[in-house]
Amino acid sequence: MTHAKPLPHDAARLHVTGAARYIDDIPTPRGTLHLAFGLSAIASGRILAIDLSMVRAAEGVVAVLQAEDLPSACDCSPSAHDEPLLSDGTLHYIGQPIFLVVARSHLAARKAAQLADIAYDKTSPILTIADALAANSRFEDGPRIWERGDPFPAISDARHQLDGSIDIGGQEHFYLEGQAALVFPQENADMVVHSSTQHPTEIQHKVAHALHLPMHAVRVETRRMGGGFGGKESQGNALAIACAVAAQATGQPCKMRYDRDDDFMITGKRHDFRISYQVGFDDQGQIAGLSFRQYARCGWAQDLSLPVCDRAMLHADNAYYLPTIRIESHRLRTNTQSATAFRGFGGPQGMVGIEAVMDQIAAYLGLDPLDVRRKNYYNAPSKKGRRRTPYGQIVRDFALHEMTDRLMDTSHYMERRNAIYQWNAKNPVLKRGLALTPVKFGISFTLTHLNQAGALVHVYQDGSISLNHGGTEMGQGLFQKVAQIAASRFGVGIDLVRITATDTSKVPNTSATAASSGSDLNGMAVAAACDTIRSRIAAHLAGKYGGTPRGVIFADGRVIAADANLSFAEAAQSAYEARVSLSSTGFYKTPKLKWDRLRGAGRPFFYYAYGAACSEVVIDTLTGEYRILRADLLHDAGASLNPALDIGQVEGGFVQGAGWLTMEELVWDNKGRLQTHAPATYKIPATGDTPPVFNVDLWDAPNPEATIYRSKAVGEPPFMLGISVWSALQQAVAATGTGQVHLNAPATPERVLAAVERVRDGN
Amino acid sequence: MDVSFLLNGESIALTGVDPTCTLLEWLRADRNLTGTKEGCNEGDCGACTVMMIDTDRRVAINACILLLPQLQGKSIRTIEAISAPDGKLHPVQDAMITHHGSQCGFCTPGFIVSMAVAHANGDKDAETALSGNLCRCTGYAPILRAARAASDMPVPEWMSDPSLPETPAEPLIPETAQSLADLYFANPDATLVAGATDVGLWVTKGLQKINSPIFLHQVAELNNVTQTDAGLRIGAGVTMDQMLLLMTDRHPSYAEMLRRYGSVQVRASATLGGNIANGSPIGDNPPPLMALGATLHLRQGNRRRDLVLEDFFLDYGKQDRAPGEFIEAVTVPDQPDRLAVYKLSKRFDQDISAVCGAFNIVVDAGQVSKACIAFGGMAGIPKRATAVENVLIGRPWNEDTIAATWDAWESDFSPLSDMRASADYRLTTARNMLTRYFIADIGGAVDLKEVTA
Ligand SMILES: Cc1cc2nc3c(=O)[nH]c(=O)nc-3n(C[C@H](O)[C@H](O)[C@H](O)COP(=O)(O)OP(=O)(O)OC[C@H]3O[C@@H](n4cnc5c(N)ncnc54)[C@H](O)[C@@H]3O)c2cc1C
Ligand code: FES
Ligand code: FES
Repeated sequence: MTHAKPLPHDAARLHVTGAARYIDDIPTPRGTLHLAFGLSAIASGRILAIDLSMVRAAEGVVAVLQAEDLPSACDCSPSAHDEPLLSDGTLHYIGQPIFLVVARSHLAARKAAQLADIAYDKTSPILTIADALAANSRFEDGPRIWERGDPFPAISDARHQLDGSIDIGGQEHFYLEGQAALVFPQENADMVVHSSTQHPTEIQHKVAHALHLPMHAVRVETRRMGGGFGGKESQGNALAIACAVAAQATGQPCKMRYDRDDDFMITGKRHDFRISYQVGFDDQGQIAGLSFRQYARCGWAQDLSLPVCDRAMLHADNAYYLPTIRIESHRLRTNTQSATAFRGFGGPQGMVGIEAVMDQIAAYLGLDPLDVRRKNYYNAPSKKGRRRTPYGQIVRDFALHEMTDRLMDTSHYMERRNAIYQWNAKNPVLKRGLALTPVKFGISFTLTHLNQAGALVHVYQDGSISLNHGGTEMGQGLFQKVAQIAASRFGVGIDLVRITATDTSKVPNTSATAASSGSDLNGMAVAAACDTIRSRIAAHLAGKYGGTPRGVIFADGRVIAADANLSFAEAAQSAYEARVSLSSTGFYKTPKLKWDRLRGAGRPFFYYAYGAACSEVVIDTLTGEYRILRADLLHDAGASLNPALDIGQVEGGFVQGAGWLTMEELVWDNKGRLQTHAPATYKIPATGDTPPVFNVDLWDAPNPEATIYRSKAVGEPPFMLGISVWSALQQAVAATGTGQVHLNAPATPERVLAAVERVRDGN
Repeated sequence: MDVSFLLNGESIALTGVDPTCTLLEWLRADRNLTGTKEGCNEGDCGACTVMMIDTDRRVAINACILLLPQLQGKSIRTIEAISAPDGKLHPVQDAMITHHGSQCGFCTPGFIVSMAVAHANGDKDAETALSGNLCRCTGYAPILRAARAASDMPVPEWMSDPSLPETPAEPLIPETAQSLADLYFANPDATLVAGATDVGLWVTKGLQKINSPIFLHQVAELNNVTQTDAGLRIGAGVTMDQMLLLMTDRHPSYAEMLRRYGSVQVRASATLGGNIANGSPIGDNPPPLMALGATLHLRQGNRRRDLVLEDFFLDYGKQDRAPGEFIEAVTVPDQPDRLAVYKLSKRFDQDISAVCGAFNIVVDAGQVSKACIAFGGMAGIPKRATAVENVLIGRPWNEDTIAATWDAWESDFSPLSDMRASADYRLTTARNMLTRYFIADIGGAVDLKEVTA
């Protein structure tokens, strides 16, 4: 079977030779125009007067558009229709597009965009959580509150109580390929859009809406992205719409790509959170009652903030049974970039909240944090009780007891913990820390109707197979996994399968490739399409050679029907000549989902994916600098569709998660200007930040739910394995004294040093 | 301007070149060679890495901040010429496929070129060789595995370097110090361009026009290193990778700091002269050079003068350099190695320093006989910690003396807060660096890099 094989990425050879094409590499006809936005320099207020004459006069400029020149408001929002492409005169953040330059080159457009003369009427911006709370500036009319039982009496009746709060910074996606779109105007006012997007259907919908066209007049194609991570779920809308508008106005192909600094300034990032908690627990650290308040800075527009914040609430339990729990979620509107989807989609922030609680309880009781974590784990499937999540879904296959055992064993957790204890006693300046943290992540879109997918499969008369589905390829290896599924269905080698660019004219009405759902949904849809064609071939061959259609075997590139043994190509040829359709669509919708987001009750997830990570760090107590020394990861990918690609997701997710909680710091100044708007000032992990000892393993157990070949989604969950690094840093800090550890994220060297100083001083 | 060089073995002779056109822009827009990617356009991500071959070396370099005139006389190899003309893959390409080193693939061409350069140079320290290439997908583990797996494979024959092209004289690319001196004296408003790791960003990010540039990379004398009676005289055009080699035996801590300066790509371009002349308060060479008592050699036309390095930095953005005057060289006095350089940044590798401290403290019979301490990131200019030095000198070398410097730090420095660090953090860590120097000196463990799991 081709699935389950560790085949390389389908485009690996194109990648390593530089031949893989991204939007900016697509050959364009002469006369293609290039776009750039002119951006707001204030965070809040109005435009008093705007003079674009210098922009218009600049070399190479063909046109300059403002809001009133557009065919409509050109809304870019994926949710609330609150994001006009260009400012309507009011300004909401520094970086908001005000006007659009159309020029003969990318550089000419960028240069011209600097030349505007704009007078502003500034109002005082709402930047921080405190500002937003004071002004009651929020999305939805009040906080969302989910409760199970009443935690407050449980907290006060418990033997011990703690309260506290943690600040968790946001994160820039830093996809290596910046946002980009290219639009070719067609006859009949139709548009062909090439977009670096995770959501071609959304691009199609928004472009059609902006130009007052039916969706059939817009075709969107996405071959690949140079990274997405959620940052290309909605953030590409503006570029595609801008290109389409300019293409309509000029009749020329139009291309737009953000310069890296513009990308930082304009686009949304991961939501930063403050999470405060009150918790009551017993002598072993078992929680009796817990109350969370989650404050999310959502930025100026709604974008995907509501489901992001929902998912943060849905992961406030992580792997732990919480008998009584209250979660209050505040979705705050601020004059900053509109925070958006980012791998984990709020889940990671919710999880850091509860992991902070675990570490605090352990420190308070003087216990090993891992003991406290295990004490609170959901029950194993074999045991009764302690299996219901705060929102009512039962955790049926909780694998973390065994996974934790295995990881403790392979990482030598106990021995190393003791050795580190002794090492720290002898080393006054350097301190080591070790932590093992679990992940339980819910798989499915929480907006239930998004859990559907379509596919289109053609078998040609020479036996070659062309495959299309609604998912997009951003590096995760989705195309290869899905091709492996198709190859398995037809019993042929992978070389017979050609995966083609995602295209809204081939598969319509698709969902974003997000929520880790890509292979679950599209894999199933492709399998369904393949099975339809396979049954037709089988029926034809059974009719021709005898036997039953069910008895026809597709394996090893051969098709065997009764006494006939044909190559797959011969079978296809024979079916073709018998006038059998060799083309089919396939469709899938995830079963069993039922979710009421307002009450926070039901079954939002088809299943959970699990993981555990053990990380060791060393810190320098003089400067707060640190290194990751070792990481051992164990991740549940169900019955893996492709172990090599899945391990790639686990390793990459871990490093990205560790980066989020350590060095990746977004800093805004007090006027609301993002100061870290380039890789010179915003640091993602580099080669030296990968753990020198890095052991990664898959927990290879079939998914009890009937997913494609019993695999599990693997895109987002490993990201949260990075939490172990932050927890290990806390352990190292704790080794410096008797005070309470309090380490906000990202744990930059500066924050680590501050935490060390507090612990040393015993407060 | 007229510029001649080799591109993937083909002779290129460009005339009427816009001197601010970058190699990346030219490759992608004029040559349709789109394998070389733009990830940041400012030298920080390595997606645009190309191989540059010069008379004496083969380096990885960022095409996004390399201006076309800097190619004069060089040979460039891009990702398109890393595999054989018949399509056979280079061993690093094979290894990257086998080890699953690409996911989205956007960073991959840059990695492949960096790997091919390291491979051709026999450089096996993959972590360092690739620290200037960012990847957001893989977490680097498979890439490092691939680099290690390929490192023992022979260099393919198609990778042999072609002989470098003859270059017709181009007045704005002088070849001798004398012609540079004359040209700059006659055009004091000109902009000198050395490695362009600063100037390149004025172009790509500042969107500035560069006023009559003069390119320094072909000036032979600026690349000279000579041992003189006064010490080691290092030409202003010496790049950071060469500087690293020069310091490896003399002052290993300086060399280790330089290993973290920018990335291989940046170190192959950035020059010592540029790092001093730009007057940046966070340049990493001035603190150690000041701690070593270095002298700056300046030249204006035929007038030469020497300056103690710290006297060059007058105020934020202001240096003691006359119009038409340029840096010729720096002399580092010979001395026993007592230097420790501490570079502090959010990310360990390839990050600009929040604080860079250089300590050169000599102890005789238990007493401090000499203390030269200089910092970057603590003031508007690179600055000596004179008050601290004065407390130390003549006192016994012990913890009490370290403690006695407490107040002096605040009279030396009142640093600023910015996105890299707060003022408090800067001051605290500057103080603590002295403690670190002391503990290291008495044999205590203070080096994170020496700890293993
Ligand atoms: C990605 C990246 C990472 C970096 N990391 C670091 C780092 O870790 N540490 C650090 O200190 N810096 C770092 N820098 C900054 C930069 O590398 C240095 O400032 C560099 O030394 C400048 O040298 P250059 O040769 O490239 O100068 P150029 O950009 O060519 O010139 C800089 C300035 O110096 C002038 N100049 C150059 N040579 C002379 C001369 N001989 N006489 C008089 N004037 C001259 C130029 O006119 C210009 O004003 C980094 C830069 C980048 C892009
Ligand atoms: S594009 Fe990032 S270093 Fe050149
Ligand atoms: S593979 Fe995507 S950035 Fe490296």
